[in-house]
Amino acid sequence: MSHKILSKRRLSEDVFTAEIEAPLVAQARKPGQFVIISINSEYSERIPLTIADADPERGTIRLIWQRVGKTTAELADMQQGDEIANVTGPLGKPTHIENFGTIVCVGGGIGNAPLLPITKALKKAGNKIISILGARNKELLVLEDDFAAICDELIITTDDGSYGRKALVTEPLKEVCQRDPKSDQVVVIGPAIMMKFCCEVTKQFNIPTQVSLNTIMVDATGMCGGCRVEIDGKAKFVCVDGPEFDGHKVDFDLMIKRLNAYKDQEQQVYEQYKKHRCKIGLDK
Amino acid sequence: MTEKERQQLLQQLLEKQKTDKLTPANRYKIPPQDMPAQDPIKRTSNVNEVATGYTESQARLEAMRCLQCKKAPCIKGCPVQIKIQDFVAAIADGHFTRALSIIKENSLLPAVCGRVCPQEVQCQQTCTVGLKYKDPTKAVSIGRLERFVADLDQNQDAVPAVAPETGTKVAVIGSGPGGIVTAADTRRAGHDVTIFEAFHKPGGVMVYGIPEFRLPKAIVQKEIDVLTKMGVKIVPNFIVGRTRTIEQLMTEDGFDAVYIGVGAGLPRFMGIEGESLVGVYSANEYLTRTNLMKAYDFGKGADTPIALSKRVAVIGGGNVTMDSARTALRLGAEKVYLLYRRTEKEMPARIEEVHHAKEEGVEFHILQSPKRIIGDQNSHVTAIECLKYRLGELDESGRRRPIPIEGSEFHIDVDTVIIAIGNIANPLIRQTTPGLQFNKWGNIIVDENCKTSLQGVYAGGDIVLGAATVILAMGQGRIAAAAINQHLEKKSAPVS
Ligand SMILES: Cc1cc2nc3c(=O)[nH]c(=O)nc-3n(C[C@H](O)[C@H](O)[C@H](O)COP(=O)(O)OP(=O)(O)OC[C@H]3O[C@@H](n4cnc5c(N)ncnc54)[C@H](O)[C@@H]3O)c2cc1C
Ligand SMILES: Cc1cc2nc3c(=O)[nH]c(=O)nc-3n(C[C@H](O)[C@H](O)[C@H](O)COP(=O)(O)OP(=O)(O)OC[C@H]3O[C@@H](n4cnc5c(N)ncnc54)[C@H](O)[C@@H]3O)c2cc1C
Ligand code: SF4
Ligand code: SF4
Ligand code: FES
Repeated sequence: MSHKILSKRRLSEDVFTAEIEAPLVAQARKPGQFVIISINSEYSERIPLTIADADPERGTIRLIWQRVGKTTAELADMQQGDEIANVTGPLGKPTHIENFGTIVCVGGGIGNAPLLPITKALKKAGNKIISILGARNKELLVLEDDFAAICDELIITTDDGSYGRKALVTEPLKEVCQRDPKSDQVVVIGPAIMMKFCCEVTKQFNIPTQVSLNTIMVDATGMCGGCRVEIDGKAKFVCVDGPEFDGHKVDFDLMIKRLNAYKDQEQQVYEQYKKHRCKIGLDK
Repeated sequence: MTEKERQQLLQQLLEKQKTDKLTPANRYKIPPQDMPAQDPIKRTSNVNEVATGYTESQARLEAMRCLQCKKAPCIKGCPVQIKIQDFVAAIADGHFTRALSIIKENSLLPAVCGRVCPQEVQCQQTCTVGLKYKDPTKAVSIGRLERFVADLDQNQDAVPAVAPETGTKVAVIGSGPGGIVTAADTRRAGHDVTIFEAFHKPGGVMVYGIPEFRLPKAIVQKEIDVLTKMGVKIVPNFIVGRTRTIEQLMTEDGFDAVYIGVGAGLPRFMGIEGESLVGVYSANEYLTRTNLMKAYDFGKGADTPIALSKRVAVIGGGNVTMDSARTALRLGAEKVYLLYRRTEKEMPARIEEVHHAKEEGVEFHILQSPKRIIGDQNSHVTAIECLKYRLGELDESGRRRPIPIEGSEFHIDVDTVIIAIGNIANPLIRQTTPGLQFNKWGNIIVDENCKTSLQGVYAGGDIVLGAATVILAMGQGRIAAAAINQHLEKKSAPVS
């Protein structure tokens, strides 16, 4: 089965989106789930990406990714009509969707991509949605329009103040938490460090907080344990027990260290790839 | 013995045979033939197969050691009852093609089983020659002979005959040895067979777990190619329970029968402090990164990294443990310690693997096990704290129970820890298949025909037996396929 790229777009300097043929995944997927892909079957790494959207009729899924290393860069260099050898899924437990009341959805950077399908589903279930989207600068903010279309209130922050409010997401989050009536649930998806600080805020207000963890994965079927994190002191596998967890129980510090386990090696292959792109003229 | 000496001995024996039969005494005199292997030092810097295989004269001499016992006790030790004395006699006579076809009557994967079967506790355990020497390693080397003829197979492109299409559909879940055999046997009966595999490559543990240096992936691929040529469809990247459920396969996609061969596939951890530190791996992760993702070629094409370890502790005593330890050496580790809480006698690993591991420089620490794993401020492993053990009374497994010795704590400095203490059942099928019955360990319950509690659903291999062996999985695949063929025959028989 081939997985053809039907369309591809650049959303910002380093963020891309593509619609990919994957009929079985498109049919089965639910919000909160992800796929694991590899570009070819011999040497490529298997990387997890959230299913941002799906069209079961057309048999397609939408992926949104940020270029951070070799595989995401290679994916960014692929064009409409190219084929991805392997797309497996849907994986992970779907998000628990019900009408909780008022929900704060906090997205950081590329976290907006996985957050979008969840926000949509929560909205559809009848929740009032307050979204807080943060980015380092205006250029890196993605999916603002998609969120604007479904949110009851939308707050944008940038680290440098180039757009929206100059702040980290934790500032408006704190204010929203202080409001009366209190929100019923917070959902945070973004870099581990941002999720950690958001959870510290919501903990003070005792508001249940869901996070979606982006650990390193290999098989994503529960077979290797490479994705494990400590939740309340117990090891859990993000690919099968998650990716969503009670944010107040996650050991973020350990998770961040595990994410950095291969930093130097990843850098090495990314540099090699950049040189190779340069040679074959892909960077032009 | 040099090759020349072997040829001379073979000629003498053949001459003698012309006039009178070889007596058991003559046969006992033939020295057991060692398996030629790559040099222990050199081989740790490559991933090529360690055991290089018998030469023709070695194979014939080894085969001549067989006494051709009337009752052939060896056969009872083989889970698929290969006609051992017949194929061994054919090798002694130099009829290699015939030997292979005798094996193939009962085993579909001789090149694999000849390499990885734990012969010393199966066919070779009951061999008369081994019993005489009170040492199964001195028995007739049945597995090596099997490998010899399988590797010689000149008729590689021969594809088993397939009966006319029946129009009934069989789904095989998982492409391990059990799945491969079920697919082949049901396809031979003319059914429309599809294998669904979670990974991007078929072969199961034979591809992602057992390392290249013990079982070259090309051998497994050859078996997969045969299936494809027979018309079996293989769908990779398909996780039953996630992509589609068994119920959907049967009610929506029109499959008349299903074989579940999903393996064990859930790594056991020890539950000790420090197990989530950076540098702690399950054997599954370590081996999958290396074998399936080819981390040994990282930076030379392959994109999946693995720890650049100097000092590695591997915990456990099975084949998986040996594979992990020997893989660590090949990835450049300077020191590899193997920690096992019992003694070498209780190790479930094959004797040959233990021997190879020691030859290559793996340091065995028996009667020791980690109590906790220690890390630095970056959460990187720096050491393990171990306890010494002694053996107590026999436990339920029939082995002497390891008992920690209080106050015996000591440290070993390591940067990587590989937990290789076994696998248990992956719960995915259980969570997504209502009505299917499981035992308390999460293994599927089947009857003697590998039939489950659900109509038309069969299962075999590690998901039924717990972590077992390639040949046992293969044997169950055979049984399940026969039962599926019978079930489908009944089902499609015209109602009168
Ligand atoms: C459930 C889940 C859903 C995700 N969804 C998205 C998404 O929708 N969009 C998106 O851009 N990213 C997503 N990610 C993260 C994405 O998988 C990584 O960015 C990607 O693997 C990096 O690969 P690389 O080779 O380009 O970079 P690398 O050079 O390999 O790594 C760069 C960074 O990515 C992290 N990383 C490395 N390997 C992996 C891996 N196998 N899995 C996860 N992280 C890794 C490392 O910590 C490192 O900091 C998700 C991760 C998970 C676990
Ligand atoms: C490292 C290692 C070394 C070993 N060494 C030996 C040895 O020397 N000798 C020996 O005899 N045995 C050995 N074994 C054991 C042997 O490999 C297994 O007993 C045997 O492979 C089990 O076969 P199986 O048919 O149950 O399937 P497996 O080989 O376990 O394969 C199951 C397949 O199913 C797939 N799968 C799982 N879930 C799903 C799903 N939901 N949907 C679709 N596909 C799925 C998996 O990806 C896998 O490919 C070893 C095992 C390991 C891990
Ligand atoms: S299949 Fe395994 S157990 Fe049977 S004869 Fe061959 S090596 Fe021995
Ligand atoms: S038991 Fe040993 S000696 Fe006897 S037939 Fe079998 S292999 Fe030959
Ligand atoms: S990625 Fe292997 S168990 Fe989760």
